[in-house]
Amino acid sequence: MSAIIPQHHDLIACPECDLLQHLPSEQGRGRVHCRRCGCTLHHLGRDAIALPLALGLAALVLFILSNAFPLLEFHLQGRHDTTYLLAGIRELYAAGMPLLASVVAFTTFVAPALHIALLIYLYLPLILGQRPPALAMALRLTQAILPWSMLEIFLLGVLVAGVKLAEQATIVPGPAAWSLGVLVIVLAAAATQVHPHRLWDRVT
Amino acid sequence: MNSTVATSAGQQLLSCHTCGLVSRPPATTASVRCPRCGVALHPRIPRSLSRSWAFLAAAIMLYLPANLLPIMHVTSLGQTRSDTIMSGVDFLMMHGMWPLALIVFIASVLVPVSKIVILVYLLLSVQMRSQSRPRDRTRLYRFTEFVGRWSMVDVFVVTVLVALVRLGNVAEVEAAPGALFFAGVVILTMLAARTFDPRLIWDNLEPSHDK
Repeated sequence: MSAIIPQHHDLIACPECDLLQHLPSEQGRGRVHCRRCGCTLHHLGRDAIALPLALGLAALVLFILSNAFPLLEFHLQGRHDTTYLLAGIRELYAAGMPLLASVVAFTTFVAPALHIALLIYLYLPLILGQRPPALAMALRLTQAILPWSMLEIFLLGVLVAGVKLAEQATIVPGPAAWSLGVLVIVLAAAATQVHPHRLWDRVT
Repeated sequence: MNSTVATSAGQQLLSCHTCGLVSRPPATTASVRCPRCGVALHPRIPRSLSRSWAFLAAAIMLYLPANLLPIMHVTSLGQTRSDTIMSGVDFLMMHGMWPLALIVFIASVLVPVSKIVILVYLLLSVQMRSQSRPRDRTRLYRFTEFVGRWSMVDVFVVTVLVALVRLGNVAEVEAAPGALFFAGVVILTMLAARTFDPRLIWDNLEPSHDK
């Protein structure tokens, strides 16, 4: 085991250039940038527990809505049909492309679901004054899963596909398209709210 | 850059990438764990350069089939058309959907190419112990990390089309191997960027590195 540098919990090393610096006290708003390389070190002045938990719970509801309701509605010559978020994955799998289906399933379902579950897992015990079990592993998993959660990119894909087909048929966004739009914003906000540094200060 | 700046490596300290704690490792033990959260500590990402090169080389190899092979087959009115990444952009342009064509072109062509070029440049510059413009090079790294994921958009377009068009019976869309290769390029370049340690750019400015 190594020794903690005493009295220096605000001392951090920039993850991108390794410069040692002190985080300012939590006053005001905005981002703290590294003095040397300019990367974002920290988002200031936000509630470290209530807000991420609220975002996590909102994301859970929106994620369920996004999967339960039709994503796009398809109207052509009096006939109409609907498609769901997971439908494309099933079609890819059925068409003999299990690998591609897994990539899409992981980035649009598994990773976002894990991200949301971890937010609630981390912050629900914290707001009740308890330390979440396996906190270090949960935090590590959150950091690892984040770049692979690609719902915002999927949403852009839905838009492009919808416009491509709009010449041949009438495409109407379904309820899931709207909830997905909000979910993307909520998850992006949540991603800026998890500060392992402050979180550990709280539980130790 | 002045030599008085204190980095954690320069001060023989280790910072934890999970909880952010800066600690002083004991001089004796080989493997060090964070005293607060217990994760293994490394001064830099282990074997960052060789792993990053490996992912990048694999991505470059997949890049050709990803662009030459069709990403989907569209059958409508008895005729089958094959779409590659570029012909998809063409299709949007010919139908006057300029903003969309631009988005797909940037995400599917410009971003993967520039990402590969930037990563090759960053890896070479670190290996050649370049000291020039570290801040700009860190910015380039940040850029590739941020935009790289967006190339996945074409894979998702295929996914949505496969589901939608089957439903309407107007045409049949089938995913083709190019889409898988393309997803592979995106994933491998993301892994290459994530294993590259940007702190190596700054290490070359340390006096101890002036050989």
